[in-house]
Amino acid sequence: MATVRLVEELSRRALGRYAVAVIGEEPRLAYNRVLLSSVLAREVSQGEIELKPAQWWRAHGVTLMVGQRAVAVDSDIRRVRLANGATLPFTKLVLATGSRAIRLNVPGMDLPGVMTFRDLTDVAAIEKAAETHRQAVVIGGGLLGLEAAYGLAKAGLQVTVVHLMDRLMERQLDARASALLKAAVEAKGIAVLLNAETAAIKGHQRAEAVALKDGRELPADLVVVAAGIRANADLAAAAGLQVGRGIVVDDHMTTSKAGIFAIGECAEHRGICYGLVEPAYEQARVLASRLAGEDARYDGSVMATNLKVSGVDVFSAGDFIGAPGTEIVEFSDAGLGSYKKLVIADGKLVGAVLFGDTVDGLWYLELIRAGSSIAGIRDDLMFGRAFVERSHPKELAA
Amino acid sequence: MNAPAQHPPAIRTTCPYCGVGCGVLAKPDGRGGAVIVGDPDHPANFGRLCSKGSALGETLALGSRLLNPMLRQSDGTMARASWDVALDRVAEGFASTIARHGKDSVAFYLSGQLLTEDYYVANKLMKGFIGSANVDTNSRLCMASSVAGHRRVFGTDTVPGNYADLDQADLIILVGSNAAWCHPVLYQRMVANKRERGAKLIVIDPRRTATAEDADLFLSVAPGMDTALFCGLLVHLADTLSIDYEYVDGHTNGLPEALARAREIAPDVAATAIATGLAPADVAAFFALFTATSKVVTCFSQGVNQSAQGTDKVTTIINCHLATGRIGRPGMGPLSLTGQPNAMGGREVGGLANQLAAHMNFTAVDIDRVGRFWHAPNMAEREGLKAVQMFDAIGRGEIKALWVMATNPAVSLPRASAVRDALRKLDLLVISDNVVSNDTVNANAQVLLPAAAWGEKDGTVTNSERRISRQRSFLSLPGEAMPDWWIVTQVAQRLGFAEAFPYASVGEVFREHAALSAFENDGTRDFDIGSLAALGDAEFNALDPVQWPARVNPIKDESRFFADGRFFTPDGKARMLPPEPPRPEAPLSPEFPFRLNTGRIRDQWHTMTRSGLSPRLGAHLPEPFVEVHPADAAASGLTPGGFARVTSVHGACVLKVIFSEGQQRGSLFAPIHWSDETASSARIGALVAPANDPHSGQPEAKATAVAIAPVTFAYRGFVLSRARLTMPAETWWARACVTGGEGLLIASNDRPEVWRQRAAALFGVDVEIAEYIDTPRGSYRLAAFADGKFVGCLFVGPAEAAPQWDAVKLMFETETMGEVQRRAVLSGKSTEGLADPGPVICACFGVGLNVIRAALADGVAGNVEEIGKALRAGTNCGSCLPELKRIVSDGRVPQTA
Repeated sequence: MATVRLVEELSRRALGRYAVAVIGEEPRLAYNRVLLSSVLAREVSQGEIELKPAQWWRAHGVTLMVGQRAVAVDSDIRRVRLANGATLPFTKLVLATGSRAIRLNVPGMDLPGVMTFRDLTDVAAIEKAAETHRQAVVIGGGLLGLEAAYGLAKAGLQVTVVHLMDRLMERQLDARASALLKAAVEAKGIAVLLNAETAAIKGHQRAEAVALKDGRELPADLVVVAAGIRANADLAAAAGLQVGRGIVVDDHMTTSKAGIFAIGECAEHRGICYGLVEPAYEQARVLASRLAGEDARYDGSVMATNLKVSGVDVFSAGDFIGAPGTEIVEFSDAGLGSYKKLVIADGKLVGAVLFGDTVDGLWYLELIRAGSSIAGIRDDLMFGRAFVERSHPKELAA
Repeated sequence: MNAPAQHPPAIRTTCPYCGVGCGVLAKPDGRGGAVIVGDPDHPANFGRLCSKGSALGETLALGSRLLNPMLRQSDGTMARASWDVALDRVAEGFASTIARHGKDSVAFYLSGQLLTEDYYVANKLMKGFIGSANVDTNSRLCMASSVAGHRRVFGTDTVPGNYADLDQADLIILVGSNAAWCHPVLYQRMVANKRERGAKLIVIDPRRTATAEDADLFLSVAPGMDTALFCGLLVHLADTLSIDYEYVDGHTNGLPEALARAREIAPDVAATAIATGLAPADVAAFFALFTATSKVVTCFSQGVNQSAQGTDKVTTIINCHLATGRIGRPGMGPLSLTGQPNAMGGREVGGLANQLAAHMNFTAVDIDRVGRFWHAPNMAEREGLKAVQMFDAIGRGEIKALWVMATNPAVSLPRASAVRDALRKLDLLVISDNVVSNDTVNANAQVLLPAAAWGEKDGTVTNSERRISRQRSFLSLPGEAMPDWWIVTQVAQRLGFAEAFPYASVGEVFREHAALSAFENDGTRDFDIGSLAALGDAEFNALDPVQWPARVNPIKDESRFFADGRFFTPDGKARMLPPEPPRPEAPLSPEFPFRLNTGRIRDQWHTMTRSGLSPRLGAHLPEPFVEVHPADAAASGLTPGGFARVTSVHGACVLKVIFSEGQQRGSLFAPIHWSDETASSARIGALVAPANDPHSGQPEAKATAVAIAPVTFAYRGFVLSRARLTMPAETWWARACVTGGEGLLIASNDRPEVWRQRAAALFGVDVEIAEYIDTPRGSYRLAAFADGKFVGCLFVGPAEAAPQWDAVKLMFETETMGEVQRRAVLSGKSTEGLADPGPVICACFGVGLNVIRAALADGVAGNVEEIGKALRAGTNCGSCLPELKRIVSDGRVPQTA
């Protein structure tokens, strides 16, 4: 996805300046990973999530090499070696290798019926398993796990989500939004177990149950592990690039070696590996500008989550928990399935959580990023951009 | 061709509020309500109605009504009873009390809201058959001083002039009358005369009221000093040789004594100015205008009457008219403006403790005459106890059984809390009323009798110009409600007086009342409606408004009285009497340095049991308040819109503070309308001193010595609810009717967290709650929904930025609300102009379905890419692109040419 955006931005700024080759391990055109659960839920078809058709790539002068795995990078001689033995020379190399699902270090992880949920191949495998399997356990109550659970439930399986922490999506939601999300997930027929640590996957020929540390055993003939992701940085490490949690880049998206860049989930910028699409796009934009000879830098992204989980819109940004010294304004309407929390510090908006009604998420994000005073509109802020613009035309024009 | 009439015709009736007595056309809507318009043919209003009259249609709901007889049970609760049981209880209670403690141990306390027929039956029962004159009425609080003034000067309680005089006068003087608010239709008539004929308008009032707005001369007289002003005027008339000695010598007695006293009180312009606190030039201008204008009408109202020297005030006003012979002729004369719809009817019946019946008094001749007419075995032989004394006697335990009809003395009497305590001492408190709860009902009433209300009851009322009009029923009697005359008749029959109380229809009562007025009259008594005594039921029902006298054999034109100089005194001459030197009864002191004036506001009536049911009327001034001069307010540490505790020796209220330049220094004003039913602490009667006029017994409701001190509430807010809610103790609240339910304006020192804890339970357990919490700002707001319907809300915020309810009230008018409104209802602001974006399609950019559809419909976009360009939708994460595609294809419906 980062690559598509990079090519798009680059061709807009400097079409023809570079001969671009895109190497992709998966045997298909780039697609929208955000929609994987929708594919699993059969809300959209596999074809519909393709980001750009083949002729788009051709029209942008890109040499597409899909189904080809890059196995090594020789930074000194500026070549990339592919699994089939071919080597490709480059002047600039962009690593957008993404991330992979973490597999837990517990017994039974290798049993048939234990899967991850990361790409269309996983989706196909899960779909196939779902045809014959009835009981699924999803390990991980983060975004991916919930998406997988939603897709499986829609496909007709009995699904239990097992989560290590005391609340779902703890990195994106505050306690109340998490609780609301749990209720929404449960309303879809998905069971949720919190504070549940997986001890082992049990089974003889294949997965039959998930055993928890507290002794409980959950029958499961399908186990989806969605306990987190890890940047795909092995290629970079082998090439001698500096690697921490991901491929370390500077504000220009340059790795420790000049001419080699990294963007997206594989990159580590100022110590942070982003796992969301928005920062990846920002990084792609910055890199495209740099490659086009423009001055641009990436200062990091205000952490924002803006997505649909199990059919519910959620949004969070900034300090959505509310550090000591901040002020909190809350709104909830159970009937509308809406909860909102705004965090204010020194008369500025510094964080927000929205559950159910996220129309104004991006506006709040803009206000957080702008860092300007919201004192004059504080009393109306909760009720959204349209409301504030109607009530304070001058305030916003100023 | 023509469809038959679908709706019943409008019924002609009379407004139940002030003494103007406007004709009303009521057209029932068949659902318990009615469309109300002014009656163009009624001579009191010619089709006009004021805000209160116009809103009558909003006051007909039955929610607050008493619909069945109720009896107090041994465990203290009230339980429904049959009419037979309840009436037996009343009759037995009165009979046994009389048997044990004598006939003066019982009393009736009546109301200017009763119809003449109701009054007649009650008065007859007490004065002719029980044998006591302990019948008094809330009219005692209203115009008793006018009655006393009229009687001692004219010999009878006679209003000499007509409303038409207000059309013909060249000078209209309003004394102690905020007619613009309290008699609006009549006031507009005065303004029309000013506009069309150039009549001058003088307003004399300590307070610069709405009435003063149109005045050519406003005299902000010192409280209670009206007497000095009119004494000064009498002196001025004498000194400028403007006295009509032909009239005075021929038809009056007492001018020399009256003038001598006037010279002691206000010998000249300068002395008058000092006594009244007015500028000498203003006093001189007033004197000059009165002297030079022969067609002058002086209207007076509660500012004159509600005084410990009210009778003297009335007397000095009338003295000036007698001295100039300006009485009883077109365009001139004193005109008392009564406050109630049937104070005059009550006076005609004699329903006051110091009257006997039909303008006859406690003289041997009159007692004998009335006794013969009634065939009464047990005539009262002396005056009974007037209101204040009556409740004092109750407090002392001398009166043990009381029947209150259509009034609320625990709110309206002076020292109202003492009155309430006194009521609790009664062996038997019977109440006939419309409402199931009020402060008097809650003072341990033993028997509640459901009385017919306006729109249901049938009979006559008399307005301030002696015009008798029919109040007609246009709604059926709800529940087991019955007319008051019927209720009293039933009790009279149970007391053994069936023969004298045979009434089966209101017409029978009216005919007897008319016959009594003519009985052995022969022109000797002013009140005579003998020509109406023979009306058949159909004629009575069709009776047009008629001014009295209406004698069988009219001897002369009596549409006005006294032009011929013949008065109803023994010698036929008017008695010009010297007043006592004026002074308010209660002295001010360092402890109680302010003088409290009380009165009505434009859109409420008495204790709001009717006017309080109209959302429109409730919107005008929804909170009980005290008006203070800004300089006094500043000196007392008050803030505009803040709160103050007003305290007298007798009680205290907590009221909202209004700064008013129209208020004199040292003087406060508070309205009388709020009770414990409608506010936490605003029963003004509880403050008022019981001082009263020695002649009329009317309490001095406008001159109590009080103190004022700021009260601070950190938080303010409001509640809207479909059903009645009770606020926690320590909360300041005022209840107002709103469309769709009730509103409470609240003030409190409880923090928003405390309100949050109690809010959940406010609207019941089965509701969905929406909340807005800004604790650092001190803000808490809650809206409750049941099955998606808006059932209530609570807004609490810091006092300095108190939540306003206007926009929310509008949303509350309908039960269902759209999502746009619901999402914004807790903003407290209008959602007008806010479009509904529809469900979010593009989460990244917050683009709603309706917005996308509009772009497609308007041709702004035709495909997914164009939607992205125009609205950015789908251009970030792209997860909405499949949905956008579907919206585009769904939107391609065949276009019709």
